[in-house]
Amino acid sequence: MFTRPSVPPDLRSSAITPEPLYLSRREWLVAAGLTASALVGAAALFPARLDGQQGLGTPYGLQPDDKPTPWDDVTTYNNFYEFGTGKGDPVEQAKGFKPRPWTVRVDGLVGKPGDYAIEDFLKGPRVEDRIYRHRCVEAWSMVIPWRGIMLADVIKRAEPTAGAKYVEFTTLFDPARMPGQRASVLRWPYTEGLRLDEAMHPLSMLVTGVYGRDLPNQNGAPLRLVVPWKYGFKGIKSIVRIRLTDRQPSTAWNTSAPDEYGFYSNVNPTVDHPRWSQAKERRIGEFLRRPTLMFNGYAGQVASLYSGMDLRRNY
Amino acid sequence: MPAPAWWARVRDARRPRWWRWAVWLAILAPGLGMLAAACSDLLLGSRWLGSNPVKQGEHVLGQLTIKYLVATLAVTPVRRILGWNWVQRDRRTFGLTAFFYGLAHFLWYVLLDIQLDAAELSDDLTKRTYIIIGFAALLLMLPLALTSTAASVARLRRRWVALHRWVYVVPILGVTHWWMSVKADVGAPTVFTATFAALLGWRWWYARREHSPHAHAPST
Repeated sequence: MFTRPSVPPDLRSSAITPEPLYLSRREWLVAAGLTASALVGAAALFPARLDGQQGLGTPYGLQPDDKPTPWDDVTTYNNFYEFGTGKGDPVEQAKGFKPRPWTVRVDGLVGKPGDYAIEDFLKGPRVEDRIYRHRCVEAWSMVIPWRGIMLADVIKRAEPTAGAKYVEFTTLFDPARMPGQRASVLRWPYTEGLRLDEAMHPLSMLVTGVYGRDLPNQNGAPLRLVVPWKYGFKGIKSIVRIRLTDRQPSTAWNTSAPDEYGFYSNVNPTVDHPRWSQAKERRIGEFLRRPTLMFNGYAGQVASLYSGMDLRRNY
Repeated sequence: MPAPAWWARVRDARRPRWWRWAVWLAILAPGLGMLAAACSDLLLGSRWLGSNPVKQGEHVLGQLTIKYLVATLAVTPVRRILGWNWVQRDRRTFGLTAFFYGLAHFLWYVLLDIQLDAAELSDDLTKRTYIIIGFAALLLMLPLALTSTAASVARLRRRWVALHRWVYVVPILGVTHWWMSVKADVGAPTVFTATFAALLGWRWWYARREHSPHAHAPST
């Protein structure tokens, strides 16, 4: 299992081979310059490695006070209405759910449609452990070490045609296995969507694990979407289909309450939910609330996707 | 047709000797238990209230308010149907308990949930309809709580009865506040809406029966 090595922000000078022995001065300067540029570039994407996250993965967009949320909270406080509407329902009701065998269909406006077994997403050099911030629309948040691959890799493999503008995702529909689907709490199956550039962004992940283990059923086994700059309900779970399309997909929560949940659903402290403020959030495990960050702290990486857009209208 | 014997026995039941303690236990235990659980979670890192103890505590206090409104409104039907007149003196206890749990729910929200954020409080009380409705329910309970004493009953007499009829509006505001606060989990508020519909509906039916030409002996 290959994980991308972290890039330490500082090199100890005692580790550098004395230049007269192996490199000419010019060669050494060029090499040093290239290394420094690579480090600066990497540091922009990976902030300094933080204490308490050893071995959990690469932190993305985290501040020093963003500690990973304990496993118990990540796996017992879930919104997964296919298994009940209470936060503690999914861990109970999804106990018997069997996420294998599992097939994911990738189709739509692509040159190479296909059915993938979940095993295709679990192995390979592209599987990474990343620690992301997670912000629910209900104004609570977590810090979670996800394991998965970049969504962009799967889309590229399918070769989207020129007309493809959006990506639509669909959850399994099987009320026998997902008891929450027996009631019309939401329109089933759950669907979600991204604009193609959002889907191709390096931060968008197809997640198969958490804390280095296979995704528990209540977290969306065996495959879920994670888009850390958007509200958590965009992170569709137990995906069975990924479809490239030219029309903006309809999404479960927007269908349920269009004046409350939009398509973009970018984390935005300046745009309130009609019934509550989004300016602050409660980090699970902490008592004092904290200010919500624009794009959940990923503004540096994603704000350019929305330049010129009115984010109040496109909520 | 005479009532069956077991029904007559039920109606003849007298106030048990342990009743007073049972009532005190019933009204204090949930609140104190919740407070203890919250302190333990916030100070000792336990998980009695789950991952989001502040939200859970807020919900529990709101539900206790609703449950004690049910108890308050159930007293008269119990008296009429079961003949247990001795529960009458507990009606005030249940009503005041509902008020205090409602007040606790509001203080919990102000102090622990929004943590004295003045801007958010003023936004909530002016822009968020469901909070305005909840706050109205609490404000409506206040004069009822203040005039709950025997002295008030004596002083106000017929006006007391007119004033305390407003208690019927409180659960309507309360369940509306609850309905409007949920995302999609409507199971629990539905149950209580049905319960209040039954309790208020019974009163409406009973009042009509009393005033019809075929009424039996007047109620007291």
